[in-house]
Formats: sequence, C-alpha cells, structure tokens
Amino acid sequence: MNFFIVSLIKIVIVFGAFMTTLAYLQWIERKVLAHIQIRTGPLRVGPHGLMQPMADVVKLLTKEDLLPPYVNRFFYLLAPFIAVCLALIAISIIPFGPEIEVFGYRTYMQISDVSVGILFILAISAVSVYGLALAGWSSNNKYSLLGGLRSSAQMISYELPLTLVIVSPLLLANQLSLRAISDTQAGYYLGFIPKWNIFHMPFPQIFGFIIFMIAAFAETNRVPFDLPEAENELVAGYHTEYSSMKFACFFMSEYANMVTMSCVATLLFLGAWHPLFPAPYSNWVAPVVFALVALICFYYAIEPARKRDRTTFPIFGLGFLVLAVLFAIPVLQTVLIPIFWFAAKVGFLLFAYIWVRGTLPRFRYDQLMHFAWTFLFPCALLNLLLTALLVAVF
Amino acid sequence: MDTILFIIFAIVAIVCAFNLVLQKHPISSALSLIGVMGALAVLYLLLGAEFIAMAQMIVYGGAVMVLFVFVIMLLNAGTEKTSSKSWFAQIAGLPLLLAFIALLGFLVRRFLPRMPRVEFGTWYGGTAERIGQVLFTDYLLPFEIVSILILIAILGAVVLAQKEMD
Repeated sequence: MNFFIVSLIKIVIVFGAFMTTLAYLQWIERKVLAHIQIRTGPLRVGPHGLMQPMADVVKLLTKEDLLPPYVNRFFYLLAPFIAVCLALIAISIIPFGPEIEVFGYRTYMQISDVSVGILFILAISAVSVYGLALAGWSSNNKYSLLGGLRSSAQMISYELPLTLVIVSPLLLANQLSLRAISDTQAGYYLGFIPKWNIFHMPFPQIFGFIIFMIAAFAETNRVPFDLPEAENELVAGYHTEYSSMKFACFFMSEYANMVTMSCVATLLFLGAWHPLFPAPYSNWVAPVVFALVALICFYYAIEPARKRDRTTFPIFGLGFLVLAVLFAIPVLQTVLIPIFWFAAKVGFLLFAYIWVRGTLPRFRYDQLMHFAWTFLFPCALLNLLLTALLVAVF
Repeated sequence: MDTILFIIFAIVAIVCAFNLVLQKHPISSALSLIGVMGALAVLYLLLGAEFIAMAQMIVYGGAVMVLFVFVIMLLNAGTEKTSSKSWFAQIAGLPLLLAFIALLGFLVRRFLPRMPRVEFGTWYGGTAERIGQVLFTDYLLPFEIVSILILIAILGAVVLAQKEMD
C-alpha cells in the first residue's frame, strides 16, 4: 500500500515538474533565440513575458478546433494522441537523483526502475515515429504526406547511429538499468576528474556523446534536421492540417522528446546527478550560483533598463536569494544538490538545442541521409569497436 | 494480477489479429499488426522475458513496421475491393475452419508431451545478462550462422538495389 501511495506522489511531482518545464522551455527558447538575434522576445505578458506560456495555453485551448472534411478521421485524431502519449511515457523511468529518505521512508528519485531501462527508451523512440507518419498520411495533403514520409525515413536512419552509440556506455557499465548506469559514474579519478563516461579512462566517450547528440537532434526533428516540418518547403510538414489542442499535442511531444533525450544523454554520458567537483566543494556551487544571480538581479534593479525593472528585479533577486539559502541548508542538501546537478546538465543540453537552432541552417534532404549513412553510422561503429576493444583489454 | 493482465492483452492481441485480416485499408491492417506486436511484447514481459519484449518492440514494432507503413504511404495504396467469394468458400468456409482448429487442438493434445502449467513470475531466465551468456556459450554456432545469413541477405539487397540504379 505504501508503495502505491509513494508512487502516486512521485508521479504527481514528476508530471507537474515535467509539464512546467515543457511550458517554460518554450518561453526560454523564444527568449534565447531572440537574444541570439538581438531582439527582446516575449515581454508583454507578465514581467519579462513570464506569463507567456499560460497565455499560449489559453490561446491553444480556446482556438477553434478544425476538422478538415478530407482527412481520414480515425487516424487524424489518433496521431496526436500517439505522439503525445509516447513522448510523455519515457520520463517515467528517468532517475533524477540517488536514494533519499523522506520522513523515514527510503525511496528512489525515480518513478520506476526498469531493469531494461535503456531498451525501454529505445522502444518508445522506435514506436513514436507512428505519430508523425500517421499525422502526415491521414491529413490527405501533399505537404503533410511529404513531412510524414521524411520524418519516418529520417527517424529510422538516425536510430541506427543512436542505438550503436548507446552501446558503448552500456559496455562500460555492464548494465541496462538507467539507475545502475548512473551509479557506475560516481567517484573521481585522482580526486578531481569525475568518472563520468565522457571522461572515462582509458577511452573517454566524447565522440560517443557528440554522435549521440547529433542523432538525438535528428530523432527529435530539431534544427538542423527539422526537414519533416521545414516551413519554407512544406508549409508546416506533418502538422499542417492540425489546429488548437491537436497542434499543441505535437508541439508538446516535440519538447517532451527534447527533454527526454537530454535526460538520457545526461544519464549515459554526463554522469547523471554526480557533481563536477568532489562533495565538499560541489555542495557550495548551487548556493553560490543562486546568490550570484540574485546579486545580478539587484544590480539591474538599481540601474534599470526599463521603468518596470525597478519593481520586478528585486522580487526575482529575493527569490534567488531564498533558493540560495535553501540549497545551503545541510538537511535539504541531500535531496536538492543531486537535483541541481541533474537539472544543470539537462538544462545545458536543452540550451544547446536552442543555441544550435539559433545558429545553424537546415540540411538539404539528400545531405541529411548521406550524413547519417556515410558519416555518422561508420563513426558510431568505430566508436563501438574501439570501446569494446579497450573494455576487453583492460 | 498477472492473470488479469494476461487475459486483457491476449484479447487485445487476438482482436488486433482479426482486425488485421478484416480491415480493407492497408494502413489499418499495418496498425493492427503493430497492436499485435505490442500485445505480444506485454505477454513476453508477463512471462519474464524482458529483453525479448523490448527487442520485439524495437525491431518488430519499430523498425520493421515503420518500413511497412512507409512503403504503404509511399505507394499511396488505397482501400482494397473485396473479391467475389466462390460459393464453396461461402458455404463451407466456417465449418472447415472450425474443423481445422479442432484437429490442430487434438493433435497438440495427443502428440505433444504434457507441459507443466505456466506460472507467472517464477522464471527469471529472460534478463539481458542471461540471454547474452546463453547466446555466447550454448548457442554460439547457430548465432554466428544466423549472423552470416543476415549479412548475406544484406549483401543481396545491396546487389539488387545496385542493379535497379544502373
């Protein structure tokens, strides 16, 4: 009984946090893109556009839900459902931190630890193609169909290097469970180099990490591989005919896939929640970072760029100061510090997603396929062979 | 709990299998097949074969069926027309099918050795570790032969595609 209640609480917490992340990821993306292009981004709704996600949700909910007469009704309605369900399921086996004790009850910071965790993620990502493919096909529209075809071809092609490159960390860890893989990355070489897989001796998995990220970009249909929805060729690709909440489902699934892929990359290569520095120092990174952010906020409150900053920035500053104090309390540190490091790594990868979107142009379709099969695939194979050889020798 | 899940997913598998045959549109049939694959994966999982279950989803549910769907979409295959059935199939179809199933059941009960009843949650040989060990000790030769067979098939596909391009 205890198990069910704890699981339910964990599900509620993870779901809430995940949904908030998805909503605000979009705000962050717009802001970062805007600053890359020397604009300001959303600024009207709430201070610095912080209420923009709520406004978007209200807008998407209240828009007219069009059902074009020429679509294949059943599959047209099924496709966004498949896409969003599969995208949200994968988060259920991601571990966010070590075993913790809350009110005397020991539990893992993870909804469920599946012994074949990484295979489960691969299975989900293999099946999630159907959402896009069906959406493209059932819309009965040339552009949608082309988008759907492109997405299925692209996702099959990039699944190959993705899967091959995942094998190397598995070889190092000898486990398939995501929790066990993260646990093997604890500790430090020489007392200061973390034992993350990208720093793994004798063969650091840096190439593996880079290949994984490239393949992950393609799997999630993001720039520079966003050909399924290339707007200047295909209107909007597979979701051209979708409106209102059904469009939001595709939108949400794209962001959810981004978050999941970043989490998997963090777990496999970046040492999960294990900090960059040994414990006595790393426990102070979070409070110092938050205190610095608070100081910056206060500085801009004294010299405001806009009139309203005089009132908004002190509030943000106080918020960050409270966070800094919370992260400095030793009792809370056992729970908060792993989450901080995990979130920092995932956040960095998500930022990289947006950064790449802001800076790289789109591939041409033949280049995309050529790149996957003649460059990425051999690289992943070579990486796997080298790792296997070194694991066998040492 | 296990038995209830077994019954649910067995029914899902059978309904999807029937749907696969009855549907007129290729895409609907293909999706029903995916449903069968998914339900089978859950049944494997119930029996304790977790690795096989995931491999089933990745290979059959994912890669193979995506290719099916891809080809159907690419050819833009439409709804099929039912061919006019022969009078023999219309009259004797169902009785003959039932007779065949009955015969099959009889043969299985008569000639196959009696197996112990399946108990859910008692078998732990399906982990990836165990499968790897067995694959590289007891079944090394069949495993290697299958690998070579698949390699030959890949080469054959490449050769055929090459001819097409020239």
